[in-house]
Amino acid sequence: MPDLGRYATEVLSAYAVTLLLLVGLIAASVWKARKVLRQLREAENRRDPSA
Amino acid sequence: MRGLLIRDLRLAIRAGGGFGLGLAFFLIVTVLMPFGIGPETGILTTVAPGILWIGALLACLLSLDRIFALDWEDGSLELLATSPLPLEAVAGIKALAHWLTTGLPLVAAAPVLAVLLNLPAQGFGWLIASLAVGTPALSALGTFGAALTVGLKRGGLLLSLLVLPLYVPTLLFGAEVARRGAGGLDALTPLAFLAGLSLLALAVMPFAAAAALRVNLR
Amino acid sequence: MSIWEYANPRKFMATSGALLPWVSALAAILVIGGLVWGFFFTPDDFRMGSTVKVIYIHVPAAIMGSSAWFMMLVTSLIWLIRRHHVSALAAKAAAPVGMVFTLIGLITGAIWGQPMWGTWWEWDPRLTAFLVLFLFYLGYMALWEAIENPDAAADLTAVLCLVGTVFAVISRYALLFWNQGLHQGASLSMDAQENVADVFAYPLWTCVIGFLFLFVALVLYRTRTEIRARRLRALIQRERMA
Repeated sequence: MPDLGRYATEVLSAYAVTLLLLVGLIAASVWKARKVLRQLREAENRRDPSA
Repeated sequence: MRGLLIRDLRLAIRAGGGFGLGLAFFLIVTVLMPFGIGPETGILTTVAPGILWIGALLACLLSLDRIFALDWEDGSLELLATSPLPLEAVAGIKALAHWLTTGLPLVAAAPVLAVLLNLPAQGFGWLIASLAVGTPALSALGTFGAALTVGLKRGGLLLSLLVLPLYVPTLLFGAEVARRGAGGLDALTPLAFLAGLSLLALAVMPFAAAAALRVNLR
Repeated sequence: MSIWEYANPRKFMATSGALLPWVSALAAILVIGGLVWGFFFTPDDFRMGSTVKVIYIHVPAAIMGSSAWFMMLVTSLIWLIRRHHVSALAAKAAAPVGMVFTLIGLITGAIWGQPMWGTWWEWDPRLTAFLVLFLFYLGYMALWEAIENPDAAADLTAVLCLVGTVFAVISRYALLFWNQGLHQGASLSMDAQENVADVFAYPLWTCVIGFLFLFVALVLYRTRTEIRARRLRALIQRERMA
């Protein structure tokens, strides 16, 4: 860890918040994608079980 | 077109039409501000232009959903859409009616309320000018927002969320005019910008609102 | 071979599916690499101290925050003119991404401003313009959620995007006027692009390009989800009617 001097809290919190938001965005996108895909497969199965 | 305008004006002025509500809200907000800020005259004088502008803006905001809501509910909006009158003109008339029944009264009430907030004497003229020039933009943009959300059940809050960011430039310039005027400075530059903004809003809004109405009436 | 081929959902799904792993990998490498480079291997600035390290996030996030809106504007126009659903859905998919980047830009901008301003927030025209942009994103996303009919929602949000762009741009200049007259003069501008030494510039550009790839990856990914969601909705409606 480099010596961040007197701005250590600020800089670290900036990086932390960014990581949090980006990870959150990616996680939300993945969660929604999986959910929609699952529901779509189920609906397609109901429509045409042989597919 | 004149018939539509007169009809809308009558509807607004009728009891329950919301004519006085905008004014009453403006009054309440203006009175409430010192309760929140503190009675110190110096501070109030400084913030008076901003408070008056925000109060007027919020009062405008409150009456926006009525622009199309009543006609939407009883089906007359569809009738208007199929009438020989172009939808752009309908939107324009509606915006004009809104300004006449909400914006203009606010302009008239502002100097009275400005007294409550200790606005310096030299600021009164500029305050009235800024509101007179800026409220048409508020009505125009508000009509666009109302057209977007017409028919939504809880559209009121969404309407505010959509319209308030659009109001930002108007508020910035309008309050700047009032502030400079109150400080005894020349406020013509921001006033000119404000006028340009209002003209732009008036030019663009009928088309944008009509487009939104057509989508919602499909 | 025209770009309009990708307006066909199936073709879009096929192509984006093939591209996605590569774009994501590149994004990860550039973003993580760039940030690590900037955080661990660059010196402090004599004026700003270690807070200069914030630019590796702030500048890319701010650039992408406004670029995202511009992309939404273009895709909204394409939707309004050519009625390609993929375009409308791409705009819808991009909005949360743009919003998050803008939010990151705001927060890191405030933090970066701390050593210069002494407070957490100053109504600096540039930063405030991002705050207004953030509000526009919120309104756009809220409108998508509020309208039942997907085509109506696409149309209304597209019009909102158009009108919003005009007023967002006007706001930018109005804010300059509001805080600093018409002169940019002695502004404590957040524009780090002016005299950034190479030692800062290289990791910075790595991060900017990395964030760009991240944006593209996320939008491709989310648009795929939206396309599937649209098909799902159609299937469910058909079930209900049967």
